[in-house]
Amino acid sequence: MIRLEKRPSPSRAWTIATPLVAVALTMVAGSILFMILGKDPFAAIKTIFYDPLFHPDFAAFSRPQLLVKAGPLILIAIGLSMGFKAGIWNIGAEGQYIIGALAGAAVGLALYPAESFLIYPAMVIAGALGGWAWAMIPAILRTKFRTNEILVSLLLVYVAENILASAAVGWLRNPEGGGFPGSRNLSKWASSANPELISGTGMHWGVVAAFIAVILAYVVMSRHLLGFQIQLAGQAPRAARFAGVNPSRLVVLCLGISGMLAGMAGLFEVTGPAGQISIDFNSGYGFTAIIVAFLGRLNPIGILLAGLLMALTYIGGELAQFMLGLPAAAIQAFQGMLLFFLLGVDVLSNYRIRIGTGKAA
Amino acid sequence: MDLSAINPVVLTASLMVAATPILLAAIGELVVEKAGVLNLGVEGMMIIGAICGFAIAVETQSPLLGFIAAALGGAVLSMLFGFMTQVLLSNQVATGLALTLFGLGLSSLMGQSYVGIKAPSTPSLNLGPLSDLPVVGKILFSHDLMVYVSIAIIAGVWYMLRYTRTGLVLRAVGESHDAAHALGYKVIRIRLLAIGFGGACAGLGGAYLSLVRVPQWTEGMTAGAGWIALAIVVFASWKPWRVMIGAYLFGGITVLQLNLQAAGAKIPVELLSMSPYLITILVLVIISSDRRRAALSAPADLGKSFHASL
Repeated sequence: MIRLEKRPSPSRAWTIATPLVAVALTMVAGSILFMILGKDPFAAIKTIFYDPLFHPDFAAFSRPQLLVKAGPLILIAIGLSMGFKAGIWNIGAEGQYIIGALAGAAVGLALYPAESFLIYPAMVIAGALGGWAWAMIPAILRTKFRTNEILVSLLLVYVAENILASAAVGWLRNPEGGGFPGSRNLSKWASSANPELISGTGMHWGVVAAFIAVILAYVVMSRHLLGFQIQLAGQAPRAARFAGVNPSRLVVLCLGISGMLAGMAGLFEVTGPAGQISIDFNSGYGFTAIIVAFLGRLNPIGILLAGLLMALTYIGGELAQFMLGLPAAAIQAFQGMLLFFLLGVDVLSNYRIRIGTGKAA
Repeated sequence: MDLSAINPVVLTASLMVAATPILLAAIGELVVEKAGVLNLGVEGMMIIGAICGFAIAVETQSPLLGFIAAALGGAVLSMLFGFMTQVLLSNQVATGLALTLFGLGLSSLMGQSYVGIKAPSTPSLNLGPLSDLPVVGKILFSHDLMVYVSIAIIAGVWYMLRYTRTGLVLRAVGESHDAAHALGYKVIRIRLLAIGFGGACAGLGGAYLSLVRVPQWTEGMTAGAGWIALAIVVFASWKPWRVMIGAYLFGGITVLQLNLQAAGAKIPVELLSMSPYLITILVLVIISSDRRRAALSAPADLGKSFHASL
């Protein structure tokens, strides 16, 4: 008989190895999925994971896309990971991302067509504030009324999507757009554009912000009192209270930081790769970032790597769609599977597997 | 705006139809939570139920087989959650989220060849003279079978939790798994059964969306219904009949806002479409701000993993 025996503390080796095991298992399960869909599994896996980086014809186009897609994922996931570590579940990053983009774009468009290098920083700040404000709704409802932040933050995504729809067809619509929904193209107006900084790399301001966020999060989590309090609150909430950690303050801080980063990610996206506020400019990064945060073990460096890997599946998925006719939804299922396997194999870092009926020593 | 276009009888009748998917999903989740498990994957199980039910109903031209397939599909998916959280002891919040993300992806993959097809119609029950009653007949006695099945499930769950030994054991497992384990109850097995029941109910709810309420298959068609169902369990303070009140309340709001949109009300369409979500949040706040009630009614071991140390 197989039994699980709790480890006194999580195994370090397995903590690092589990994401790799999960990726391997996902590739196996994904191959089976692709086989069921009637595709050659080896070709599909190669197209998703290898071709975007090394294919002679496509790599030149898809390599820069890696940073373009990884930037927002990493930026959002870094914020989410802090909350997740403390047991504060912000799963509405998608909504904060939308509201951040709307707030930032609105500030920029209010100043159109002025030319000033101050406009873009103002938009970034407005984006961060927009995301922060949207995240403050679940934070305040949780601290004042003990309302579950999981449900509130998620439900607010649907509210944000409706606000986005009204902006795209109404109050932010391009007055010279001939009645089509969507705002002015922000990436074509010098003051609000978020261009590629080094040509051929995909590096834009959002990616720079993501790297800075990784470094800051690493310092805060390993060297700062706040990082200690977050970890303590997550592992032993009672002990944290005795140690003087104010749980309400932690909720407001964690939700605020994650909302701010998600809002900034939205603004960088809408001024760069997306280019304009349209009814569906948000591409689910806020939800995929949840997978990135877990895949990176809620650790900043891990999230950096996980974000790049997840970006690879996006690009590889598009390539596989184009080359093999693999449906777009297959990649979504593939990403969901990855999170499943990751959570499943996590048992190995917290428990020992014992075979046999013998009693524990 | 022409408010006279809104017929209160038709409105009340369609309210029951609009509420049924949420009602089914919420009563299933109530049983799961009573057993001490928090499954946030309701949305994922609903959408899998929606596509399973739709596909089978289209292939066999039998809505009944569709509903059975939906319940099975939801239950199978929920077993994935059950295996992960009960056997591999993974975090319930994260696993539930994973279930939702995976379910959304898998369903759109499964549903590719079913976009734009019409579902075989689910007939209304003919209750003879009852259906012919003025007003009452139209509101209460002219629906399809699933509306009555959903009410029967509510009654069954209420009776089971309140009057049977099974219900007592289920509640014991949810309130204190350690005590239940010490008494010799199989905590994991009972929880797995509850999770399976919850999955089947969510699947039925999803199929009701794709087969009756809409009736079509579109990607992501549940649009947060699973999350509203989770909120309704909290709103109901984990009491079966209050789930019904909650679901009908939200069904009413949904139908009313759709009718107002159709009647050309002077309120922006987006504001009307977001109103069910806003009102859900509002109700959650009101319920949870009552400190005593919220603390008393939630199962004490909700969301905690159980690991028997020998």
